[in-house]
Amino acid sequence: MGLAEALGSTALTLKSVVFWFFRSKFELRETAKQAVKIGVDSMTVVALTSFFTGMVLALQMGQSMKNLFNEPMYIGTMVAFSILKELGPVMTCVVVAGRAGAVVTAEIGTMKVTEQIDALYTLGTNPTRYLLVPRYIAFMVTLPLLTVFADFLGILGGLLVAMVKLGVSPSVYMNDIFTFLDVYDFMHGFIKTFFFAFMIATVSCYKGLHTEGGAEGVGKSTTEAVVASMVLVLVMDYFISALLVAVGI
Amino acid sequence: MIEIKKLNKAFGEKVILKDISVEIREGELFSVIGPSGMGKSTFIKCLIRLLNPESGQIIVDGQDIGSTKNEFTLAKVRRSFGYLFQEGALFDSLTVMENVAFGLKYLTDIPKSDYPRIVKEKLALVGLKDVEQLKPSELSVGMKKRVSLARSVAAEPKYMLYDEPTTGLDPVTTGMVKDLILDMREKLKITSIVVTHDLNLALEISSRVAMLNDGEFVEVSEPSKFRQSENKRVKEFMEISHLSRTANGKKDCE
Repeated sequence: MGLAEALGSTALTLKSVVFWFFRSKFELRETAKQAVKIGVDSMTVVALTSFFTGMVLALQMGQSMKNLFNEPMYIGTMVAFSILKELGPVMTCVVVAGRAGAVVTAEIGTMKVTEQIDALYTLGTNPTRYLLVPRYIAFMVTLPLLTVFADFLGILGGLLVAMVKLGVSPSVYMNDIFTFLDVYDFMHGFIKTFFFAFMIATVSCYKGLHTEGGAEGVGKSTTEAVVASMVLVLVMDYFISALLVAVGI
Repeated sequence: MIEIKKLNKAFGEKVILKDISVEIREGELFSVIGPSGMGKSTFIKCLIRLLNPESGQIIVDGQDIGSTKNEFTLAKVRRSFGYLFQEGALFDSLTVMENVAFGLKYLTDIPKSDYPRIVKEKLALVGLKDVEQLKPSELSVGMKKRVSLARSVAAEPKYMLYDEPTTGLDPVTTGMVKDLILDMREKLKITSIVVTHDLNLALEISSRVAMLNDGEFVEVSEPSKFRQSENKRVKEFMEISHLSRTANGKKDCE
């Protein structure tokens, strides 16, 4: 499939998602099920990733500060700044793209190759309404919440290393955060996750719906969806960050 | 009644259906036979626009859906159809109960409290009981097909489409599915279209049989006339089917 054809097809899928989002009854049960699959089931891996990222950030920055100033200064500021603005949202979205994005593509792809998508049409519903809209909502709701969760654990991980390894007191660590950071620093990362969530949902669903060729095709689509989502998170991160910086967030 | 006029379908350069025109009458059991890969499944998928034809009219009860882009018109017409998919196409993540009740939720206004009773009735119709809480992965191929049939007829469609209903089934289950198709027609008065490469099944159960070859219906007639057909393709197909049946019979004896 050529790039132009893929873009056109993606645009049609998005149009259909918007159409059914406003025209159909809310599929509460399916949406809740997807929110658990995408959000709740990703919590452990997101927790581990963010906690250890916070820890290693504190360790490396503390060591650098010690080398430069003989004092582990501004650890809280640097850990929180990195986590809130970049690492929290980006790492969370990369992890979710790899885990939940793969699940969504594989599930929809399997449904496609086993004619379950066709069966939906014959049973009075539309696949976009029944499959895509709940997944879009689940991604858009759970990814920002997971990012807040990751931000919190990342900062906590940094605090642990600051206290145990660098001898920084919790009050100093927290003071560094609240003195030099404001709500816009948090918002900068938080806003980005909505864009990432939308993109991951689009790539995963699109790849699933365009799966062809049995089990082999499902594997291929899943791999392509994960790779595309991860790369796009990083590429989009720069452009959205630049945009947010330009508007002062 | 379903009227198909000059239906054309191609995948890229490959032409699958060429100017197909046929009329399917109320209450009849119309079978489409032909070798694998000749476009039989494509034909019934086009009928309810699971695939979009290149051109042609598909008139269902006076409504032409051949080229409509209106999702609601299509959905409305699809409501009068049940579809038995080749592999069953049961939803893996749902139980048998949820699968059979699926159409009731989206196709009817029946209260939710009636679903268990209706599901039980439809499962009994296909000879199954106490399977409501099982997942499709826990069912045999034959059971999957029967659950799928129960799901297709749960909302009591006016038309029923069967895509290779006996493929992959053992002779006993094949016989059972054949009886079910006849039962559905007799008990529920459903107009049926069966797509199959099983010539014997088609000749045994159908009111009319059509043979699809190279994208065209080369013969459309009642089973008795079909057997006497002078068409070269039909004769070849009948011979091959007869030979393969004889070979299978010998194998079974051994």
